Amino acid sequence: MNNEIIKNGSQMVCESLIKENVDHIFGIPGGAILPLYQVLPEYPQLNHILVRHEQGAAHAADAYARATGKAGVAFATSGPGTTNLVTGIATAQMDSVPLVAITGQVGRPAIGTDAFQETDITGITLPITKHNYLVMETKDIGSIIKEAFHIATTGRPGPVLVDIPKDILQEDGIFEYPQNIDIRGYKPNIAVNQKQIKKASILIKEAKRPVILAGHGIKISNAYQELLSLAEKCQIPVINTLLGLSSFPANHYLYYGWPGMHGMAYSNLILDQADLIIAVGMRFDDRITGNPEKFAVSAKKIHIDIDPSEVGKIIQVDVPIVSDAKTALKELITNVKDKEHSEWLIQIDRIKNNHPLKLRDTQKLIPQYIIKELHEITEGKAIIVTGVGQHQMWAAQHYTFNEKNKLITSGGAGAMGFEVPGALGAQVGRPDEMVWSIAGDGGFMMTMTELATIAENKLPIKFAIINNGFLGMVRQWQELFYEKSYVSTSYNGIPDFVKLAEAFGILGIKVTDKKQVKSAIQDAIDHDGPVLIDFIVESEENVYPMIPSGATVEDMMEEPTSQEIK
Amino acid sequence: MIKNNSQLETRIVTALVNDKPGVLNRITSMLRRRAFNIQSLAVGHSEIDNLSRLTVIVEGGDDIVEKLTKQLHKLIDVIKVNDVSDDNIVSRELALIKITSTPNTRNEIIQLVSIYRSKIVDVSANSIIIEATGDDQKIRALQDLLKNFGIIEVIRTGIIAMNREKINKRKEI
Ligand SMILES: Cc1ncc(C[n+]2csc(CCOP(=O)(O)OP(=O)(O)O)c2C)c(N)n1
Ligand SMILES: [Mg+2]
Repeated sequence: MNNEIIKNGSQMVCESLIKENVDHIFGIPGGAILPLYQVLPEYPQLNHILVRHEQGAAHAADAYARATGKAGVAFATSGPGTTNLVTGIATAQMDSVPLVAITGQVGRPAIGTDAFQETDITGITLPITKHNYLVMETKDIGSIIKEAFHIATTGRPGPVLVDIPKDILQEDGIFEYPQNIDIRGYKPNIAVNQKQIKKASILIKEAKRPVILAGHGIKISNAYQELLSLAEKCQIPVINTLLGLSSFPANHYLYYGWPGMHGMAYSNLILDQADLIIAVGMRFDDRITGNPEKFAVSAKKIHIDIDPSEVGKIIQVDVPIVSDAKTALKELITNVKDKEHSEWLIQIDRIKNNHPLKLRDTQKLIPQYIIKELHEITEGKAIIVTGVGQHQMWAAQHYTFNEKNKLITSGGAGAMGFEVPGALGAQVGRPDEMVWSIAGDGGFMMTMTELATIAENKLPIKFAIINNGFLGMVRQWQELFYEKSYVSTSYNGIPDFVKLAEAFGILGIKVTDKKQVKSAIQDAIDHDGPVLIDFIVESEENVYPMIPSGATVEDMMEEPTSQEIK
Repeated sequence: MIKNNSQLETRIVTALVNDKPGVLNRITSMLRRRAFNIQSLAVGHSEIDNLSRLTVIVEGGDDIVEKLTKQLHKLIDVIKVNDVSDDNIVSRELALIKITSTPNTRNEIIQLVSIYRSKIVDVSANSIIIEATGDDQKIRALQDLLKNFGIIEVIRTGIIAMNREKINKRKEI
């Protein structure tokens, strides 16, 4: 027997990760996973970033994956270490992000005995992972990790958790890493159904008022060029979903914003008037459809999605195409002839002009203005990471995304607290680009502990805290639907974020006046290291337009005129 | 499509799944999370090593069964899924029914059981256990008749279903 292939379980894990081209891991050690940590120095290719909370590890690995297109990797120890990952895993699941979580478990003999720090993490994460594993034999480590990465990154990506008992991490065995794997019940790449492509091509040919509704799938399958080509070839306007933002240049003449609860009024109206919607890599989330029975009723629908279970789940479609976005779009491009839609484009330009996205002209410091300035000063080149709430919607509305893959935000889960570890993961994944975290004061306080990680690793992330002193989005609902009864949404005693930044060794800047905005942003960019700007903004600004939950375009509230705002 | 006594539309879906720890948990967890109404679920070894066969009776029409098959398929441990409701199938369920019996009622019970082509598998001083096989309707009918004697316990395996030979000549045995 060749001695070289004898490894202990921990070494096998590291060897496997190297085979999968992993270069960064986010995590925190503990008893059950300690053997794995103790061999890390043998593998300098694996850069471990010690976060301050496992939720941070999961969100950072998630954002790393979104920023790079590679799987993100998180480590956590058994019990509370693993349960702290849960929010991050659920976030990755909702947004189809390839995340591989490797967790330590109590030793095999102790499983099922309620041993110290024993938690059934495979049971807990069953409904929030694409798949998960409890490794029960050392010899299986290689094939399970190979499968985990394969499942996480192919088809519709998603999180996979691999739980490894401590005694397996310590046990010696023969290491084998399979070259190929064949998972009987998992065949994600189905050939595109040519009949459906033909049917779709006919619908495109016949359509007078077509719209492409492009989602996250464009970014995941790297179909930027194909989206652009199809749109230009057939002169079809493009509307993005929130997660689809930065998949199509926003400064392109065929771009018409994003729809939904807080999307542009004109995008919603255009979808409502369309006679054909070509939905690509998106899943008709309720934040987009409102009442699905009344969503875009005049339009036929072509739905391209790689996950068959998404097709027909919410909306009845005329032509289902089960495929990744890139392949399906390529097929469509070769099957359709050039087209013009000049009348439709004139019509929708009129809609856009009549229902523009407004920026209130005021001397007060409002979040929308800050984001617009941020876009101008950074020339739209920054990677924007957000939290969840009003600031997220304003970021999506006013930071126009002209370049590829520039927005990283928690869509499906809407996980507040994503803004700090998300920025961490994005910056680690794309070290040469400028990362701006547009943070809510509420969300920031959920995970600001990762400022320590950011400072320690000298990551030059810039934070723009949109500090309205409120759980703003919830306050807005209370204002509009509960007669301004602000129950538990106003903060009394927000810490001084500038001093807080300084405590972490990070430059802090406070901005209270509109006139300070430009120079503060410029100073942050010029500073060689992380910076936090605390923007003390108008506290009761609302996000418009707004379609109330479960309603329709007809119920859309557009921005009130200045006089209407007290 | 089958209609049972309660007039709810139900469908039969069979699936070939990995025979590994936790697989049933994955399936039932999905069924619960996606709020499918399941009338019965039966699982056991198949003719293939390491694979089990599952029969699910779900309440609902075409749309529900389509969603169910897609969601089942999405599970990595599920290899193959078939909606066999409209196929030419044989479906059976096994029930054990324990009823009160006295020397006076024993003969009547034996008669009933033989009409229903069921079996008596245990006779004790005060009770009898009956083994019945058939489709849902037959078992319910028998159970209804036995009610008068006093049912002590009923246990049912859940329906299992199998396609007949695809060739024309089919014979009910
Ligand atoms: C973890 C989590 N808890 C609660 C919520 C509900 N929620 C949605 S938006 C919001 C307010 C967010 O406040 P903040 O981060 O200050 O952002 P703002 O809306 O003020 O811009 C809350 C509480 C959530 N989305 N996530
Ligand atoms: Mg706030």
